[in-house]
Amino acid sequence: MGGAPSTDTAIIRRRVSRSQSQRGTEEPPLIKWTLIAIALAFSLVFLLLPLVNVFAQAFAKGWQAYWNSLTEPDSWAAIRLTLIVAAIAVPLNVMFGVAAAWAIAKFEFRWKSLLTTLIDLPFSVSPVVAGLMFVLMFGLQGYFGKWLEAHEIKIIFAVPGIVLATVFVTFPFVARELIPVMQAAGSEQEQAALTLGASGWRTFWHVTLPSVKWGLIYGIILCNARAMGEFGAVSVVSGHIIRQTETMPLRVQALYEGGSAVSGAAAFAVASLLALLALITLAIKTFLEWKQARDYARAQQLAMPTPESDSDTAFLARQNLR
Amino acid sequence: MSIELKNVTKKFGEVTAVNDVSFSVNEGELMALLGPSGGGKTTVLRMIAGLEMPTTGDVFIRGQRVNDLSVQERNIGFVFQNYALFKNMNAFKNIAFGLKIKKWKRPDVEARVMELLKLFDLEGLEKRYPHQLSGGQRQRVAIARALAPKPGVLLLDEPFGAVDAKIRQELREWLVTLHHELNVTTIFVTHDQEEAMEVSNRTVIFSRGNLEQIGTPREVYEQPANEFVARFIGVMIVLELHVSKGVARLNELEFPSHGLPDGERLRIGFRPYSVQISSDVKAYRYRAILRHTYFLGVMLRVELELPSGLLIRARMTKEEYAFQGLADGKDVSFQIRQYRVLAREGEKLAPEVAVTHDVPLTLGEGI
Repeated sequence: MGGAPSTDTAIIRRRVSRSQSQRGTEEPPLIKWTLIAIALAFSLVFLLLPLVNVFAQAFAKGWQAYWNSLTEPDSWAAIRLTLIVAAIAVPLNVMFGVAAAWAIAKFEFRWKSLLTTLIDLPFSVSPVVAGLMFVLMFGLQGYFGKWLEAHEIKIIFAVPGIVLATVFVTFPFVARELIPVMQAAGSEQEQAALTLGASGWRTFWHVTLPSVKWGLIYGIILCNARAMGEFGAVSVVSGHIIRQTETMPLRVQALYEGGSAVSGAAAFAVASLLALLALITLAIKTFLEWKQARDYARAQQLAMPTPESDSDTAFLARQNLR
Repeated sequence: MSIELKNVTKKFGEVTAVNDVSFSVNEGELMALLGPSGGGKTTVLRMIAGLEMPTTGDVFIRGQRVNDLSVQERNIGFVFQNYALFKNMNAFKNIAFGLKIKKWKRPDVEARVMELLKLFDLEGLEKRYPHQLSGGQRQRVAIARALAPKPGVLLLDEPFGAVDAKIRQELREWLVTLHHELNVTTIFVTHDQEEAMEVSNRTVIFSRGNLEQIGTPREVYEQPANEFVARFIGVMIVLELHVSKGVARLNELEFPSHGLPDGERLRIGFRPYSVQISSDVKAYRYRAILRHTYFLGVMLRVELELPSGLLIRARMTKEEYAFQGLADGKDVSFQIRQYRVLAREGEKLAPEVAVTHDVPLTLGEGI
């Protein structure tokens, strides 16, 4: 029954292809190539060229100048601070993200859609507003300002504020990546582990985590890239104190606004590190996407009734001989 | 008594998935939980395993009330419908998982896994990951994994649901053989009545959360407790008759009224092969035209049209058909040899009514 119409389309398609040497669904070649050319030209001018330029400018004065501008104490302090902030913010968000994704993917509860929306909040709030929120909370004039001052705890214009702002801005990455992966994995493997006597903790480490590991790594590298690259929110809470609260993106801006040719080159040198991070992130992301697609295909294959291989028939034949 | 459920009810929010179910499974028995999807059979299995908690009622395993025992403490082996193999572990590690949890010593783990690999004909495949195994191999790894820690009970959810139809039949026979060898109390869920009939010692039949009947395959087939079971197990033709002048009738067909007063309705059912057909129009009580013959394999289905237009779909063997010289369009006579009175939902029949009745040769007054 279903075969008849498809044969008809096949015939029509063949006729069309003879007369115009193209498929009915395809645009004429001129449109196709124009579109491709526009897309390529656009990404070349707006994406690739600036990126290449960053590296070109960074190395304009040679290797030695490049190296010097990175190891110069102020920039070196900025690099260290960025690494420290990422080292605190990323693990925190991994914990939050895994917990939130776990809750959303494996349980049914009343405020689930609210939680899902809340996780996305940092994506929709401007980073500057995010920074301001923390100033309003912990700044001198903020709600907790008096109390914090009395206990000599400094959050705004200090490292804790930078960490808080970074955690806020990068909050969604891990959870967002994990939720679909965890939902796809389902909970049967975990249930199987439970029936075999495994504790919840052990099930988590030996079954849940390995099954979402690629999604988790993907989330972590995206989270890390954003944590190191965040400018807006951090800029508001930082105070721009050289060697104390200046992260790499802030340092790039400060150097660039320095105006001199030397500081300009130094700005590009620090910026090239961030650009390099972006490239590495992209490379890992591409690899992980390829790997996830493969795992997904395998999972699909596992869920489907498979055509029995010869080995199954052979197995049954042997059983009958017993 | 290996497993016992007492007045178990399970509600998911407003929906009652299992409604006041009680039954018991004997030690070493191979029991089927049978019913259409959504009947509550899988929920019952999961409650025995501890993957679901009953809303009310008690579950006992070997005399011990296990309501408060977690899944981990119940010592059951569970095989999931899609096997739920750990996809990041190879076959060996999958099977060894439960043993490592139970802190078996390494040489013991290896010996046990090897023994199971041999028993399940999986030798040489221990390094393969689930996605590198065929459907049947995955299922065997799943059963081996469930059996490895020597559970008191083996629970299987639709064990042959994800297997190709061609080898399903053979796998059924294999499960029976395996059960004979291991003699572990086994409960499996199926929606396929043929599978339940063939494999199980006894079958529990569920419909919409209710336990409809429990019995051996023969019992549920020959003495279905109600219309649902009768229709679900095999094919049954159901007629609704009106009682008038002490006889239950539907068009030309007449049956005893079984004590029902005039004006009442009586539901009866009979198997399609209870209809006896002869090409001699005087041989049996009713006349009909053979409208159409369908080829089903060993059996044939014949459609009889009565003078009133009523259609009866009977079954007979090819040999009988040929012997009687039947053909489409022929005038025939027929009778219904045996029938059962069917209870309405929630109705209980008197014991003397709830048996298979032979149709009397004559229907006099007062029968």
